[in-house]
This record gives sequence, structure tokens and C-alpha cells, in this order.
Amino acid sequence: MSLPASAVPDGEGALLHTAGLTRHFRLGGLLSRRMLHAVDDLDLTIHEREIVALVGESGSGKTTVARLLAMIYPPTRGAIFYRGRSVHKLRSRKDVLWYRGEVPMVFQDPYSAMNPVFRVSHGVMRNLKLHRPELDRAQRHEEAERVFDIVGLNPAGDMLRKFPYEMSGGQRQRVGFAQALAVQPKLILADEPVSMLDVSIRAGILNMMASLRAEEGASILYITHDIASARYVADRIIVMYAGHAVEQGPTDVVLSRPKHPYTQLLLSAVPDPREKAVPVSADSGEPPRVIDPGEGCRFRQRCPYAIDKCAKITPALRPMGPAHDAACHVAAAEPLDADGKPAATTVAGSPPAP
Amino acid sequence: MPEPLLEVDNLSVSYLTDTADIGAVDRVSLTVHAGEFLGIVGESGCGKSTLLFAIAQLLTPPAEITSGRVVFKGQDLVQLTDGELRHVRWRDYSVVMQSAMNALNPMKSIAAQFKDTMRAHGRMSADAIRTRSTEVLHLVGIDAAHLDSYPHQLSGGMRQRAMIAMALLFTPQLVIMDEPTSALDVVAQRSLMTQIKELQQQFGFAVIFVTHDMSVVAHYSDRVMVMYAGQVAEIGATSSIFERPLHPYSKGLLDAFPSVHGPRRALTGIPGSPPDLGRPPSGCRFHPRCSEAMAQCTTSEPDLYIVGETEVRCLLYAERLRDAV
Repeated sequence: MSLPASAVPDGEGALLHTAGLTRHFRLGGLLSRRMLHAVDDLDLTIHEREIVALVGESGSGKTTVARLLAMIYPPTRGAIFYRGRSVHKLRSRKDVLWYRGEVPMVFQDPYSAMNPVFRVSHGVMRNLKLHRPELDRAQRHEEAERVFDIVGLNPAGDMLRKFPYEMSGGQRQRVGFAQALAVQPKLILADEPVSMLDVSIRAGILNMMASLRAEEGASILYITHDIASARYVADRIIVMYAGHAVEQGPTDVVLSRPKHPYTQLLLSAVPDPREKAVPVSADSGEPPRVIDPGEGCRFRQRCPYAIDKCAKITPALRPMGPAHDAACHVAAAEPLDADGKPAATTVAGSPPAP
Repeated sequence: MPEPLLEVDNLSVSYLTDTADIGAVDRVSLTVHAGEFLGIVGESGCGKSTLLFAIAQLLTPPAEITSGRVVFKGQDLVQLTDGELRHVRWRDYSVVMQSAMNALNPMKSIAAQFKDTMRAHGRMSADAIRTRSTEVLHLVGIDAAHLDSYPHQLSGGMRQRAMIAMALLFTPQLVIMDEPTSALDVVAQRSLMTQIKELQQQFGFAVIFVTHDMSVVAHYSDRVMVMYAGQVAEIGATSSIFERPLHPYSKGLLDAFPSVHGPRRALTGIPGSPPDLGRPPSGCRFHPRCSEAMAQCTTSEPDLYIVGETEVRCLLYAERLRDAV
């Protein structure tokens, strides 16, 4: 797959980038040859102090991406480069610890991510002991209080002594972020950190993520199916569908001028109490399970604009505007005016959201 | 005004534990008319699921209805015995549970579960059962081929649709839904809501729809009830609550949503977390989290005040009503 023009070819200056990252899972028994394509040919770039949102339905492969980046599974093909080093080639315990310390993960479900028989300080303390052996016992405690303070769990001293069952979901998710922060991360992989939380609590976690970037300088890969919250915190959005990145670009551009029909569908489905309902034909709402796919766009069965070409050739990401790419045969790039800014949108094949 | 289909009158439910009685639902009154869509919105732990179980008479100990009536088609369900309830439940009203994965029996095919349900309510021939099962699956847009599927072979959206199909087996007059869309993605969620609304218009059943996500019911419900800490915080027409929320809690819930349209605004959320219902705060239960709390909010408990066509439990409106007199 050729690289889109706007991507940094060798990930220069990027904190983390992937090249053709692919992960397949074998389905069925040992002799089965059926392969589920969870992620195919993903080129992802995350810069320092950047919040990137990876948006998609369940089954789109977004959690697999997080798990690949967290070294929970090895990739089938392709590679992940962190500060120029290929992550899955790291062999020594020291190097692996280094990577895991710089790139920790926060899990979706704060109820099952913590051991119920230990106090919530346990995870933070273990992380500190493992990743920052230079600290002595008192310093570790001080540091644990500091990170609890940052994530808004105060008074930190009392909070550290609680058991998970004594905390609300929002507080537990903050503990998850505190554990990640304790290791002085450069990039936090946040897998749907707010989807299990109440609406009134969500805003607090989203605001906290924004301040972690501002004050601690951490980059965040924010994985979510909620495109509205992605808009709220992220600088850049990558939309995934059935294992492929189908559109990427600066948040405002992607959301105000979505090029891929799937992004348009996703946007139109977001319930917004302040907006009038758009009457829609009931789409089945089912993303496909990609088992041994052939060539062709994976969205074509649901796409209102599909043409013959879509069944034959898999569309690659191609430039649609400055730093804005979409993988669609039908969508047309925006004409640029003299300043290199997009001119008024008159795009054939990209009518307003369905 | 015709007789309401369902009238819940001063219903209270407590969980009786060794140490304290936890009042999960506190003097809730509401009415649902035939064909109406009522949304019940609240955060986890506000008692919305308990209320729904109390209406459906599905509470199990230690939960217990401590007072109040649930009058459905002129009959007080609270007074009925289990045997009498069996004739009403599922035939006249049915329930769609939150997690279809847990509500469906993983060991039985969809067809077998439909058959069990129908057999429990009368004698039907195998052919009639098969025909009806096919019909209801078609209603929710599932191919009849899936009748012989097991729950694990269906996607989340399809399982939830199968649950709704099961709830429609007897074409009930009231369908009670407990967060049927919360496990689904936005696209699947919208498609399911559209489907529910279409079915409702086709068959004219009333819906009580419980959710924690206010935006879900915005476009589909006729009336909305906002619950906080086991009590009704605000109840009224959907349009008026979304355009002009009265209770500070409703305002907070609405402001907690990031929007995909319009300018980007800072979200405030609502500070703090819902109270422990074993020890509810004095006075107004929302006052520790309320941005508009006044001195008397900590001491005097607000009633439901009628403002326009909305009822709201907030002392701000008691003052205004008094001033107006």
C-alpha cells in the first residue's frame, strides 16, 4: 500500500508510527484456514503531545490496534516504530520494560481492570517499583500521592487506601489513568476510557485527558466509538472500518467535511439532543466480520455511492485536502485555491451525509 | 382524558439489608397512556432499573415494594398473586432487558426460547408457534433463518432485536425497555431506535424506555422523566425538557454532552457523584452537587412543583411560584 502524501514517510519526528500494521486471527480449530482480518495495512502516526482519536464501531479493529501497540499481541505483518526503534524487535527485559513504561494502556472497563482484593494503591505502587526502581519507599508513596492528585482523586492519602469496591466507576477510571501516569508515560493508550461511565462523569475524564496532555506532556491515543467526544479532545481523527483506516485528518476538517461515506454515516448517527432528528432509513447497522476478504472496499455493501470499481479494487488512502486523506474511489479531493487552502466545497460524489 | 394504561402512584421500593433499608425508589408517581413513549433518564444507581422492575413486578428480595400502587388496565399489580400475574405478564406487558447476552439462554436456540414463552401462556400447535416466531423475527428485520441460531451466533444488535421480537410475541399493550441500546454502537443504536419507533407506530403499544443517555430518547419519546437518587427530579414533555430544562440536574445532564455540531464548548459535567441511597443527603438530594444550591436546600426537602406542564423537584421553583402569587 502506498503511503498517503500527508503521512510522514518514515515517521520522522513522530513519537510512534506503524508501517503496514496487520493482524489476523485464525478462526476455528488448528487445521482451519479461515482468517479474521482484524487490522489490515494500518499506517498510523502519533506525534509528541498529540491526542489522536481512533474512531470506529465495535468490530472495526480499533481495540486490536491498541493491543498491538501495547505488545499484547505480535503483529501478523508490518511493524510498530517507537522513537525509531521497532517495538516487536525489542528483546531484552530492560528494553521491553522501557517501552511498556513509556506507552502504558488504560482499559475500557474500570470494574474488571483492578484486582478487587488489593487496595487501589497496589497497581500504582507496583508500576513505580517496576519502572522507577530508583525511588525508595517514601518517594514511591509521595509519587503515588502526586499522580492521584493530578487525576483529581483527593485527598490522595485517603483515596490510596481505598479498595476498588469503595470507588465509583469514574474514580476507578481515574485510578487507571493514575497507574499509567506513575510510569512517566510519553503515550497513553486509552481504550474507550469513558464508554462505561455515566454521562455526568464522562466530561470530567475527557477534561482530565486534555489536561494530562497540556500539563504532563503526554500524547494520547484515544480509542472510542463516540465521535462527539473525539471531537471534544482530539487534534486528529482516524476513522476505522472493518480493519482499514478509511479516513484521517485534523478533527475539525474530518468532522466538518467528511469525505468517506462511512464517516458521513457515523456522523449522522450521533444523537444530539440539541439538533432536530434526521429521518433515516434503518441501516442494519452491522459492520461485517472480515473473514478472508477478497479485493474491494469493505464498506461497499452499505455504501449508497458504491460503483463497480469498489468491488474490484481496495481503495487506498489518498489526499483529500491538507493532511486529510480518505480511502474511497468516489470521494473527490477538495480543489485548492491559490493559498493552498481548500476552496468552497463542491464535491461530486460526496453529497451531504446520508 | 381517557383512563391511563398504567398509573404508578407513590411507589417506593427499599432494599432491606441488615444494616439499613436503602430506599432505591422514593414515592414515584407517573402515568403512561396507550401508545405513549415515556423515557426515564438517570445515572447508574439512581433507581431507574429498580423502578422498572417494580412496575413489571420482577423484584426479588431483598428488594421490596414498601408502599404505593401500580395500576395497569385498572388492576393493581402489586396486589396480584404470582399465579394471577402470570396471565398478565408478557401477554399484556413485556420487558426487554438491558443485556440480551445475559437475558437469552445461551443453551437454547432462538426458536426454542420463543416456543417456551408461547407454551407458558397457552396451548398452541407447533405450526402456529413456528409461524408466529417467523412473523415477529421479520418485524424486527431478522431473517427467519436465524430462528435456529443460538444467541452466540448473533451479533449484539441482532440479539437485542431478538429480545424485542420475543417481547412482541403476544402484541402487548406496554413494552418496558431497560437500556436496550446501551451495549450498541451509534449506528446500530440509531437503527434499533428507528425500528422500535416504527413498530410502536404500527402496533400502538406504549413504551417505557429506561436509559442513562439523554440524547437517545430526545428524538423518540413523547415525555421524559429525569430521575435522581430514587426520586423524580423532573417530568414533562420531551420538547420542553430539552429546550428549557428546569432542574439544575437536567441542565447538567444536557450540558455534559459534547456535540458534533456547532462551536466547541467546554464541558463542565456535574461535579461529585450520586449519593449513597442508604444515607441520602438532607433536604434536596441533589444539593451537594448543585451549582444553584441555596441555604434552604440543605434543610427543606422540595416537593414536585408544577411549572407550565412540567413537574420539577427544586426549591428554585417554589420561590418563583410564591413570588408569582
